[in-house]
Amino acid sequence: MTARQKRLFMVAGIVAGVGAAAALALTALRDNVMLFYAPSEIAANMPASNERFRLGGMVEKGSLKKTTGTLDVRFYVTDYKKTVEVQYSGILPDLFREGQGVVAHGRMQGNVFVADQILAKHDEKYMPPEVARALKDNPPPPNMGQNTDEGT
Amino acid sequence: MIPELGQFALILALVLCGAQAVFGLVGAHLRDERWQSVVRPAVAGQFVLVSTAIAALVHAFVSFDFSVTYVASNSNSALPTFYRVAAVWGAHEGSMLLWIWIISVWTLAVAVFSRHLPPTFASRVMGVLGIVSFGFVLFTLATSNPFDRLPLDQIPADGRDLNPVLQDPALAIHPPLLYVGYVGFAVAFSFACAAMLEGKFDQAWARWTRPWTTLAWCFLSVGIALGSWWAYYELGWGGYWFWDPVENASFMPWLIGTALIHSLAVTEKRGLFKSWTLLLAILAFSMSLLGTFLVRSGVLTSVHSFAADPTRGMFILGFVGVVITAALSLYAWRARELRSTAGFEGTSRDAFLLYNNIFLIIATVIVFIGTLAPLVNDAFGLRTISVGEKWFTQMFPPVFLALSAVVAIGLHAAWKRGRLADSRSRILLGFGIASALGLTLIYGAYGPGKGMSVVGVVFGLWVIVSSLFDPVDRWRRKLSLPRAIVGMTIAHIGLGVGVIAVSTVESYTVERDIALGPGETATLGRYAYRFDKLEPVEGPNYDGVRAQITVLRDGKPITILHPEKRNYWVQRSTMTEAGIESRWNMDLFVALGEDLGGGRWSIRAQLRPLIDYVWLAAALMALGGILAATDRRYRTRVEEEAGARSAVAEAT
Repeated sequence: MTARQKRLFMVAGIVAGVGAAAALALTALRDNVMLFYAPSEIAANMPASNERFRLGGMVEKGSLKKTTGTLDVRFYVTDYKKTVEVQYSGILPDLFREGQGVVAHGRMQGNVFVADQILAKHDEKYMPPEVARALKDNPPPPNMGQNTDEGT
Repeated sequence: MIPELGQFALILALVLCGAQAVFGLVGAHLRDERWQSVVRPAVAGQFVLVSTAIAALVHAFVSFDFSVTYVASNSNSALPTFYRVAAVWGAHEGSMLLWIWIISVWTLAVAVFSRHLPPTFASRVMGVLGIVSFGFVLFTLATSNPFDRLPLDQIPADGRDLNPVLQDPALAIHPPLLYVGYVGFAVAFSFACAAMLEGKFDQAWARWTRPWTTLAWCFLSVGIALGSWWAYYELGWGGYWFWDPVENASFMPWLIGTALIHSLAVTEKRGLFKSWTLLLAILAFSMSLLGTFLVRSGVLTSVHSFAADPTRGMFILGFVGVVITAALSLYAWRARELRSTAGFEGTSRDAFLLYNNIFLIIATVIVFIGTLAPLVNDAFGLRTISVGEKWFTQMFPPVFLALSAVVAIGLHAAWKRGRLADSRSRILLGFGIASALGLTLIYGAYGPGKGMSVVGVVFGLWVIVSSLFDPVDRWRRKLSLPRAIVGMTIAHIGLGVGVIAVSTVESYTVERDIALGPGETATLGRYAYRFDKLEPVEGPNYDGVRAQITVLRDGKPITILHPEKRNYWVQRSTMTEAGIESRWNMDLFVALGEDLGGGRWSIRAQLRPLIDYVWLAAALMALGGILAATDRRYRTRVEEEAGARSAVAEAT
């Protein structure tokens, strides 16, 4: 085998390897992509019960209910058009507040969104871009959703 | 007055950056020594001016000058002095100033240590750095001026305080180190551009570039590790990596940088991979710039995102676009002239370093896709998506395991011709030792876990054992042991330690989120966490509660942890301070969630085996890098350069 052929083989090997890796990667990517839904999108087009997705919006004021002494919480996420009830069992992030933006990962069970992960952001002025966009067409009513920040 | 002085200094610095770029590049092109002689003074002046600017901002913070918008937003009279200084880079505007200052320090270092380089080459390096600095100073002045004053009637009596998550020693030094790393790749980038402009790209070039690149890489390693450590104990999530877009933004330049330092090794030793090395040097800095854009523009959902400001995003995107396009055009124009002539075999060290580069690039592509797929989708107006953590955790381990195997075998290969058959016994011996140790460790200490973790522990050990053969050999044969070899060995041991630590912690972590009241106990395997009591605490600018939690093993108390929940007064934000005890083989971790009523609290209890070794791994890599970068051969003078060049020409 000449040096040229060798190099050709090596390049072919590399291309094949990279191609295989890319094919695997794309398959894995398709399985791991989560769609984002705002409450009105859920109302318009209910996701399948086995689809894990991201729900985003504002935590409705006065909606947070804890079951005393357990990790179970329920609250409503709203985009000021529609609301969705969220059920979660676990530790809420430090910056989780009523009236502020939230993103939750989970699935629909009936009409309730069962979250397995809740994200709130570390800068209270910051709103996840998806949430901001979802709220863009629905500005909050004057007495709702403002960050009046009573502290917790 | 002093803030205005700072701003004025920054404006003058902008002018000097321009001068540095013009006189450096044009002067080198005209081969006019008088033009080039302006460059070093411009660099020195720029350093002094930017230092003045940052000192002015530090002064504003230390002296509580709340008439400055940035200080009013990020400081408070109750904030301790240490954090008042760290608050300088606690938000966007000031961290840009820090970024500029760091690039001026790097440029100054280049100006001082480049006297043995050909004058036109050195001028071009500083000229390119001048363009980069110019862009960032202009960006800061135009969109993010930290010296802006509030109107007189809006000056607050007290500031809005530094974001409490940032009030932490690790986080105070994490951004500077990270920036030193990011910006350090600008030096490698400038060396690459200068070489392309000069049309001269040889092994001497690689030798000049290597220590700079390695040092930048060391700082980046430590910076990333500190950030990860901070997220672990300060955010109270109890993990070392979350595949957050901004973490990824720092990881991509690190991966490319790792590929670059290895490819530079081949270019220096063998004169191969020339155009590839150039491309990597451009890519490493491009990734740094991309990271800057991602963090600053707020286009991605991340814990680090600053409140979005579209003009900033557009400015950076434009600047990044210009810099990268210019560099790549230059590359397209010049790379054809850089054909490597020498050949190598598929089992030579050259080839193994090529495989190393391939796997590192694949790893980068994985991170890149996972991080940017949401953006691309958005750009095409498709549904808003996000890529789950599982994408990374599925894709990454196989690539890194393959990379570990490449390292473990490649360390035995010789340059040019592999002669791997000669080393077969060593490779097998190393693998045998690693397997025996690894399997004993796994099944002795932890019991069966995920298959990938077992492979990880064995391969990690294999890397460590393999990297010890050569130094031990040299020591037994009483050969010299240059720093470069010691450094390389330590860094590779770091890789092995990291692979072992990640494999173990991913497979054998025990975690529970649970509601506990005083006197109640949560069990985690052989361990148990007992909630003893809760007491109030008060700090300089916060109050809160502290829990006392006793950890028991087999029913016997072994330690007491004190997790806290703090309320920072000014921003009224709640912060978690985890209670962690680091033992040699595991971390006992507990964080307080929230008051659940009825005297109970939500508690996150975790046992994380070997997690501290993840950060130790980064420290070892950085230490190895520093040793390698300060090897004697980099301190050569110009006279020796010519001799070295002809010697290498013979060898190839």
